[in-house]
Amino acid sequence: MADTRQIRARKGPVTYFLRFFVIAYLAVLVIWPLWEVTSRTFAPTERGAEAGVAAFLERLQEPSVSYAFGLTATVAFWAVLINTAFGVGISLLITRYRFPGRRILSVLIDLPMSVSPVVVGLALVLAYSTGQGWFGEALEEVGIFIIGTTPGLIMATAFVSLPLVIREIVPVLEEIGTDAEMAASSLGANGWQTFRRITLPSIKWAVVYGVVLSMARSLGEFGAVKIVSPGAEFRGETATILIQNRYTNYEEPTAYAAAFVLVLASVLALVVVSLIRKEDHA
Amino acid sequence: MTETLAATPGPARTTSRPSGLFGLTPTSGIGLGLALVWFSVLVLIPLAAVVGAAAAGGWGSFWNTLTDAQTFAALRLTVLEAAGVTVVNAVIGTVVAWVLVRDHFFGKRVLDVVIDIPFALPTIVAGLVLLSLYGPESPVGINIVNTRQGIFLALLFVTLPFVVRTVQPVLLELDADVEEAAASLGASRLTTFRRIILPSLVPAIAAGSSLGFARAISEFGSLVLISGNTPYQTEVASLKILKFIEGDNQAGAAAVAVLLLLVAVVTIVVLDLISRRVARRG
Amino acid sequence: MSIEVRGVGKRYGDFVALDDINVSLPTGQLTALLGPSGGGKSTLLRIIAGLESTDGGSVEIEGTDATKLPPQKRNVGFVFQHYAVFKHMTVAKNVAFGLEIRKRPKAEVKAKVAELLELVHLSQFAHRLPSQLSGGQRQRLALARALAVEPSVLLLDEPFGALDAKVRKELRDWLRRLHDEVHVTTVFVTHDQEEALEVADEIVVINEGRIEQIGTPDQLYDEPANDFVMSFLGEVTRLGGVRLRPHDIDLSTTPGAPESHAGVVVRSLRVGFEVRLTVEVEGHAEPTLVVLSRTHARALDVDAGSRVWLRPTTGATAVPVLDVATA
Repeated sequence: MADTRQIRARKGPVTYFLRFFVIAYLAVLVIWPLWEVTSRTFAPTERGAEAGVAAFLERLQEPSVSYAFGLTATVAFWAVLINTAFGVGISLLITRYRFPGRRILSVLIDLPMSVSPVVVGLALVLAYSTGQGWFGEALEEVGIFIIGTTPGLIMATAFVSLPLVIREIVPVLEEIGTDAEMAASSLGANGWQTFRRITLPSIKWAVVYGVVLSMARSLGEFGAVKIVSPGAEFRGETATILIQNRYTNYEEPTAYAAAFVLVLASVLALVVVSLIRKEDHA
Repeated sequence: MTETLAATPGPARTTSRPSGLFGLTPTSGIGLGLALVWFSVLVLIPLAAVVGAAAAGGWGSFWNTLTDAQTFAALRLTVLEAAGVTVVNAVIGTVVAWVLVRDHFFGKRVLDVVIDIPFALPTIVAGLVLLSLYGPESPVGINIVNTRQGIFLALLFVTLPFVVRTVQPVLLELDADVEEAAASLGASRLTTFRRIILPSLVPAIAAGSSLGFARAISEFGSLVLISGNTPYQTEVASLKILKFIEGDNQAGAAAVAVLLLLVAVVTIVVLDLISRRVARRG
Repeated sequence: MSIEVRGVGKRYGDFVALDDINVSLPTGQLTALLGPSGGGKSTLLRIIAGLESTDGGSVEIEGTDATKLPPQKRNVGFVFQHYAVFKHMTVAKNVAFGLEIRKRPKAEVKAKVAELLELVHLSQFAHRLPSQLSGGQRQRLALARALAVEPSVLLLDEPFGALDAKVRKELRDWLRRLHDEVHVTTVFVTHDQEEALEVADEIVVINEGRIEQIGTPDQLYDEPANDFVMSFLGEVTRLGGVRLRPHDIDLSTTPGAPESHAGVVVRSLRVGFEVRLTVEVEGHAEPTLVVLSRTHARALDVDAGSRVWLRPTTGATAVPVLDVATA
């Protein structure tokens, strides 16, 4: 929407200079590199590498690539599931109940987003690895291995994307307040009925939004999983680790093919998110 | 569209007064208990393990690790790069937000989506995207691999949205009346920007910058392929941690990790202070 | 003349906001632009301030053609409905802003700010932030800020519109007194006829982008140029073939007065010191409204069911009914 106020609508040389500058900056930093990555995916510059969509698809069908994407999908699925259940629960607790430490908890919940992924990986290793972890030996005795296994990857992924669902739900819960819920319980609805029929419909889109964000983040997590994963072919090699391994092993066409899939997934997430926004405001 | 995919701005913490909240019921009490156990297992205990490992050798060993010439050089480079990127982002991010809000031209909506791409892309893919244009086989003849400029560029890429997305909504909300008032009092457009608009944006710029700074300090994925990891030259903190882990020096890794954790915590506190200040100004 | 508007028009697409407006306002006068919302009065004020451009015509301020001048060069003070205070500056800094832009010496700025804060009774709040002030105080601050630059004209856009009724009334009286003290040519926009009648020296009634009438409050009230002005300035009812004000009707409980209309009171409602009677007059489709003072009503002893005779008071403002549709 254009500004109707004359004071903002006036355009001078500065306006055009800034516009040009911003376009140029974004082009050089984001748009052109993205274009280049796409063209390399379908027209590799490496000698002997085949070009075209067929070759791209063929690279994705390599068993180790399929394994990597399969593992990434599994890990992301469980991480998102856990985060959604935990996120909805903790959001309700923070916004609806009174308990000691409520404010500290609401601040701490945000911490995982600001912690470096490498530190996340290191933290999990130091707590749970069989050799050096605080609980490594205890877990080993009952036969649980976290570091180097899929559960470890899930934990690392769940850690880094933990606050995403909560960040979406909490503001909505605060905005709608407790009036409708109080009214429902005064009409005889029990806790579950109130949640299902009053609270859930109003946070529905926030939850979906949070899930999409967590999914995008989980599919692309690299640093944390890199530390806790053995990271070898068919052994804990997720899609992002695969990209690194292939790139450093001079198998760039495969690296670009896998990267392009992840680019597509993120763009898809962007589109879905903007659609949800529209739906939510409709 | 001002919502970001990663939805960084504004921590999720609750602001509502505790009054009007429910006391804990048996069900919600159990829920809270479960949530806290999971949160502790996933986040608190591992982070405590990092602090524990860093402290295990005592203050002296912690201090020696950090002041070791090579580690110190890595830390210094990390802070300098992050600070530089933050300054650039504070200026350019504000300019980008300004153009996206105040200017109107064909293709603006596309640029608005482009801003979100660095958040949406997996970090390893972000590195690869930059390398496709500015890497060893660069079509423009620029090779950033193993240079400090390369690290700077990667950090600019991944932190692009922070300031833009915190400033944009504030700019949208600004009252046109206030600018008209300044104009009728004789202020030129530049003066109005400098004395009226900019001060209103400062909290948002500060918030976005501190988020960006924290991200730049802890960035890992996008640097893995770009930074050559040469000691004293292009080695940054997160990669140093990786090197420590790979060299089985858990204490060293933990010492650097604790520093990064500290930055994360300080960032959260700073953001909290900023949002309180803004709330007070009303 | 301080402000001379000639042939000014403004369109937004198909919507005509202003159509060939001509008005001249003498120096030192307090003028109200009165009319319903969306009638174009704010647009006219903003065109005078230079915040809006005109499609045609000219605007002259203090003898110089200002039509093409940007707002910065017009030396007008503008006060907004929602105050538009600079939130990050203290009260004193807000007032000083225009003077600092004009690069006045520090001592002069300080003295002027002190003087103005005194004038608007905000001296003790000089170092507070606007968020610590009430709505009425913020609007006084906005007024002081506008006056600080010694504008040739002061323009106020619905200045009391965002305030609650009591503060509104206080500020209105205060604006009148302030104007008597400062004497700057002042134009204010309002949709509240009581506000305009009470405060202004002259009222310009604007509706649907046109000027309906210009005159003193008395002229407008006593000699409305048309139906619109008459009904906009106060309540109107019908008696016989004329439209007139409900308090301009003589009511008697006995027949006999010449040209009186017989009727029956169907409803009596007491509002404070007034009594409002709804009277069904013989031969009228719609009932007539009569307003009496409470004392008068008690003396006459009228109530629902009473039989009464109505006629216009001598000297009542009355216009013949031309258009049946206007109610």
